[in-house]
Amino acid sequence: MPVRLHQGMAIDGFELLGPLHEGGMATLWRVRHPAHPGELLMKLPRVGYGETATQIVGFEVERMILPALTGPHVPRFVASGDFEDQPWLVMEHLPGETLRPLLDTAPLPPDRVAALGALAATAIHSLHAQHVIHLDIKPSNLLLKPDGSIALLDFGLSHHAHMPDLLAEQFRVPIGTAPYIAPEQVLGVRNDPRSDLFALGVTLYHLATGERPFGNPTSNAGLRRRLYQDPVPPRAIRPGIPRWLQELILRCVEIDPEARHPTAAQLAHSLQNPEQVPLTERADRRHRSGRWQRLKRRWQSAGREYDTTRRPADQLHHAPLIMVAIDVKHDDHELSDALRTAVQRVITSFPHARLACVTVMRQPRIGMETNIDVEGRNRHVRRLLALRDWARPLTLDDDANNSSPLTVHVLEHSDPAQALLDYARHNRVDHMVMGARGITGVRRLLGSVSARVVAEAPCTVTVVRAAHADHAALPAGNAEPLEPDSLAPQPGSLLDVDRAGADDA
Amino acid sequence: MRLALLADLHANREATTACLTRLRKLGFDQAVLLGDLVGYGAEPGWAIDTVHRMVEDGAFAVQGNHDEAVVKGSTEQMHEQARAAIDWTRNQLDTAQLAFLAALPLTVEDEDRLYVHANAWAPAGWGYISTPAAAARSLAATPARITFCGHVHEPALYHSRPGGAAGYFKPRAGFPTPVASSRRWLALPGSVGQPRDGNPAACCALLDTGKATLTFLRVPYDHDASAAHIRAAGLPESFAARLLAGS
Repeated sequence: MPVRLHQGMAIDGFELLGPLHEGGMATLWRVRHPAHPGELLMKLPRVGYGETATQIVGFEVERMILPALTGPHVPRFVASGDFEDQPWLVMEHLPGETLRPLLDTAPLPPDRVAALGALAATAIHSLHAQHVIHLDIKPSNLLLKPDGSIALLDFGLSHHAHMPDLLAEQFRVPIGTAPYIAPEQVLGVRNDPRSDLFALGVTLYHLATGERPFGNPTSNAGLRRRLYQDPVPPRAIRPGIPRWLQELILRCVEIDPEARHPTAAQLAHSLQNPEQVPLTERADRRHRSGRWQRLKRRWQSAGREYDTTRRPADQLHHAPLIMVAIDVKHDDHELSDALRTAVQRVITSFPHARLACVTVMRQPRIGMETNIDVEGRNRHVRRLLALRDWARPLTLDDDANNSSPLTVHVLEHSDPAQALLDYARHNRVDHMVMGARGITGVRRLLGSVSARVVAEAPCTVTVVRAAHADHAALPAGNAEPLEPDSLAPQPGSLLDVDRAGADDA
Repeated sequence: MRLALLADLHANREATTACLTRLRKLGFDQAVLLGDLVGYGAEPGWAIDTVHRMVEDGAFAVQGNHDEAVVKGSTEQMHEQARAAIDWTRNQLDTAQLAFLAALPLTVEDEDRLYVHANAWAPAGWGYISTPAAAARSLAATPARITFCGHVHEPALYHSRPGGAAGYFKPRAGFPTPVASSRRWLALPGSVGQPRDGNPAACCALLDTGKATLTFLRVPYDHDASAAHIRAAGLPESFAARLLAGS
């Protein structure tokens, strides 16, 4: 017999303050506890007769996964237990509102859709980096917090790579929310992180056009249509949607996960840099594909196979975001070549890698001149051109699906090390490659950019030195190298500092 | 409470010492030895004395098929190598050590946990749990919420499902796996003294009943030394070779 909940009641020290939500799957109460400060939320699944097994198992799954998650993109786990036959789970009550109400005001302006998409993709990437695939991304599970970031809610259908998947083995039916479920999920695949990108694509499509790309199927046959049918292109519904946004949304909802963005971080990066999104045929598509094409896909889908042993983080490791920091002002050909060699080595080993070439334009802290704007823009453009010129000799994997994996960025900042660190952090860069300049008296006094980046970067950093013939000769009177950059053992060698995991530990 | 789980020591002193050192460092309240203290390895006397002291300090220990065979002596039906190993082991042990092995129970039940070497459906029959169907059979044979077994030498975690085979999970070492209280579980920590999953590192596990998590551990140890002792004792070369390959 389920427990009857009422205000003022205490469950394991948590005082029930008031019901928040009576959902189909669970009841939510605001609670408080003297030992746990802050706003708290208690989730109690319905356990009476007539409740489906999925929702009970879903609650078990959330109770397993939530305690293992950390960071700003998930509610913090507080406690869980069983009160007689009634299981419960207490978590942080995050402030904010989900994206659900926005559907009623859709279509939203394209810039707003892209901004929300980038926030959601960043949150999803943080989850994937913790070995979890959400598998139920939809507006009501995306919470926009007052600090402007997005948190993910409800891990009842999620998959954790290092935990038994109670749902995978219990149910041989598609598990997800019908309008958002990815084609591979329809087939019962639960280990592809790109399923979350598909569901995010459906969300962005809806926000941008005001319509659902795949409707809201209620039958299994309806769901299976996802294996071969593509949606009406967003621009056919709202011509005001820019081509780059159509490109990104349609890539999210590609039937084959391989054709989608390799990672959520790469999608976030594209949504934040629309001017650099390489446009393919998707950008100009005006109709959904014809009957013949759909029929062909239907045939192909019958024999499609998925790797069921893959784990979410594998995908992340195959598709890193590589950043190279280049000083375009100093004409050091040796170092420039050495950097290119190092970068080429990294991108060659990761066919899905994406490369961001970055330079910092020093901006004076004070003393802005009135005519600096025009001059500043010219300097900016000159640097962009210099970056492209630097990258030209690189061989990048340029297959049709993944389009061009190279972007260039000029950052303006008074503190170059800080600018590089901010960029790496904000864009979830996996690996930064940068040069160490020669040894000069000034830098010995001020400390080098690379030393600071190595010390503080949230990712792996490779510091490259050019193999100058006279490199070994230190300035007179400097027997003991004081340079932080002298960490590099030999001229021309690489110093790898692996800080992977520092972020998600 | 934190429970240290050790199965299939197989008279491997280096592996047992390495596991106990790691487990003590992590901290545990009670140890459970899941059978097969002896067999294959070169230090059966040491293994029995070590476990004997642990049992005096409150540890649980159950009997395995190798322990039973050493107590009863070899029979004509046994494989030639197995017979040689059992006879050799028996000769290494004194009466007290043999008596300790003989007195080990086949099963121990403690709170909602069952400890048994092979399986719950016929502990003395030594049937293996190497498939989800066998796991389901064992889960059906006991009301215990968590069963711990040895015998198979490969780490595995099964959970009960309504009808049919049990769910199988290949554990990841060092990661606390939640074992939800709403489910019934069957856990095989893997073998301390003779791992067979291609990784020579010793296996053991740690159950935290408060947090309801089970952490499978892999502990590298000096398997060259253990193999050398096996060779020096004149035991079959294959017993030494499989420690190096973890097979």
